[in-house]
Amino acid sequence: MADVTAGIVVFPGSNCDHDTEFAVASFPGVRPVMLWHNDHDLQGSDAIILPGGFSFGDYLRCGSIARFSPIMREVIEFARKGRPVLGICNGFQVLVESELLEGALMRNTGKKFICREATIKVVNDSTIFSDGYRMDEVLRMPVAHGEGNYIASPETIESLEEHGQIVFRYSDAEGRVTEEANFNGSLGNIAGIVNREGNVLGLMPHPERASETLLGSEDGRRLFESLFRHVTGA
Amino acid sequence: MAYKAKIRVTLRPSILDVQGKAAQHALANLGYSSVESVRIGKYMEVTIDEDTLEDAGRVCTEICHKLLSNPVMEDFTFELEPVN
Repeated sequence: MADVTAGIVVFPGSNCDHDTEFAVASFPGVRPVMLWHNDHDLQGSDAIILPGGFSFGDYLRCGSIARFSPIMREVIEFARKGRPVLGICNGFQVLVESELLEGALMRNTGKKFICREATIKVVNDSTIFSDGYRMDEVLRMPVAHGEGNYIASPETIESLEEHGQIVFRYSDAEGRVTEEANFNGSLGNIAGIVNREGNVLGLMPHPERASETLLGSEDGRRLFESLFRHVTGA
Repeated sequence: MAYKAKIRVTLRPSILDVQGKAAQHALANLGYSSVESVRIGKYMEVTIDEDTLEDAGRVCTEICHKLLSNPVMEDFTFELEPVN
């Protein structure tokens, strides 16, 4: 893989930034750089990752304050140019608050913070983030969130479906997209979506925490692999 | 001139309010069977220094749209009053 610079944004309260750095650094030729929320410089990043955590203590609404951090102006511009942006968990929340992705993430229907392994099904294998997976493949990745309940207007959901923007859905281990598997109450079992242009992905599960066998799963690796492969044009 | 904005942010009627539901269940357990529903929102007080009530209203609407509420899931209303 040719040289790739992966910018990881660090907000006050981010807590998966170093896990993400660790996962990203394990790919040959990929150099992670940490981008402080108060900076304006993306330091030549080829891809931007908004990590998980509790930016600004989840005050007001999850991600709502982080969305106005100085660096987000550059991140939004970067995304609007069609360059790749990945938001994981709190990063997904920041992306919907930034309106780079549609919808919103609300309190889980069971009211509890849910921290466990989830199974998600690949329902679009042709994005730059998911083309290392097979269609309908079931992946194991940890989730850890209190506000992962994806909602959007019926028109938005319809348009997401129509344009293949739903990339991952919560499913059981056999790939059945059932109500029981939908532990946080998301509409349509939605676990991850891309924007219409396909360069911005947000997902609640943590691929960086499923990046080596020692962690119990390496199903998250191929997401980063696909992303970096596309960045280098290989 | 300073104006105080009393802002209420509420979940849209179509959105399930799990917090409100939990509070309603607790009230039912306390014997308040007549309580049919509970919806929980946010109340904010914001002081805005603008020349006119109209200007303060414009700023208030803007900040509600931009930051204080999320139009995907919330509605807002506010009242403005001059602060002495």
